[in-house]
Amino acid sequence: MSEFLHMSGYAVYVWTSYIVGVGALLINVWWARRNLARARLAAARRIATRESAP
Amino acid sequence: MSWAWFHRFGSPPYFYRVAGLLTPWFAWPAAVLLVVGLGWGLFVSPPDKLQGDAYRIIYIHVPNSWLSLMSYSAMAVSAAIGLIWRIKVAHAVAAAIAPAGAAFTAVSLLTGMLWGQPMWGTYWAWDPRIVFELVLLFFFLGYIALRSAIDDLNRADRTSAVLAIVGVVNVPIVHYSVIWWNSLHQAPSVLRTDGPSMPIQMLAPLLVSFLGFTLYFVAVMLVRARAEVLHRERGGDWIREAVAMHGNSP
Repeated sequence: MSEFLHMSGYAVYVWTSYIVGVGALLINVWWARRNLARARLAAARRIATRESAP
Repeated sequence: MSWAWFHRFGSPPYFYRVAGLLTPWFAWPAAVLLVVGLGWGLFVSPPDKLQGDAYRIIYIHVPNSWLSLMSYSAMAVSAAIGLIWRIKVAHAVAAAIAPAGAAFTAVSLLTGMLWGQPMWGTYWAWDPRIVFELVLLFFFLGYIALRSAIDDLNRADRTSAVLAIVGVVNVPIVHYSVIWWNSLHQAPSVLRTDGPSMPIQMLAPLLVSFLGFTLYFVAVMLVRARAEVLHRERGGDWIREAVAMHGNSP
C-alpha cells in the first residue's frame, strides 16, 4: 500500500495532479448546478413580481 | 435532409426540456467511465519503463488537454451559429461551454507543469505547445470577461462570438505545435497517422477516461445552458411551468 502511495518517488506530482483534476470536475458540477438553481429562483421571482403588479 | 430538428433546438422551451431529459443520460455514464478509467489508470495499468509511476498523470492531463481543444471548437461553432442564424440558444450554449473549457485548459496546464518538473526538470518552459495552450486559456477567459463586461445581452452575444471565432485559429496551432516546431513537449502518441504508439494496457484506460470526460463535458454544458436559457427568457408560460415543475433543485 505504501509503495502504491509512494508512486515510485513521484507521489507529490501524481497525487497533486489527481486532486487538481478531480477537484476541477467536482467544482464544475457544483457550480453548474448552483447556476441553474439560481436561474430558476430568479425566474420564479420575476414571475411572482409580474403577477403581483397591478 | 430536413433541418427541422435543428430549428427545433433553437426554440428555448424545447431546448430547456430536451436538455433536462438528456443530462442524466450523459452524467451517469460519465461518472461510471471516469471512476473506471481513472481507477484503471491509477491502480491497474503497469508503470512506465522510463517514467515509473509519474506517467499516470497522463490520465488527467491528456483528456483535459483534448477537451480544452474540443470545447473551444464547440464554443466557436456554437457562437458562429448564433451569429450567422441569430439563434439565441446557440449563444447560450457557447456561453455555457466557456467556464468548463477554461477549467479543462487550466487543469491541462497545471498537470503539465506537475509532469514537467520531474521529467524535464522545470515546471514551466516557453515551449510552443505550452505557450499556445496558455493563449487558449486567455481566449476562454477573454470570452468570459467580455460577456460579463457588456450589459446588453444581444451585444454581448455578438461581440463575444466574434472573439470566439477569431480564437479558433489557435486550436490547430496548439495541436500541430509539436510537429511544426522543435518542442520539449512530446509528439502525439495517440492521434497519429500510423496508429497509437502506446501499449494497449496504458491506452485503454486513457480512452475510457477520455470518453468519461467527454460525456461529463456535455452534461455540465447542458446544465449551464439551461441556466443561460432561463436567464434570457423574460416571459412565456413555459418558464412558469419549468420553475413550478422542478422547484429549486437542478
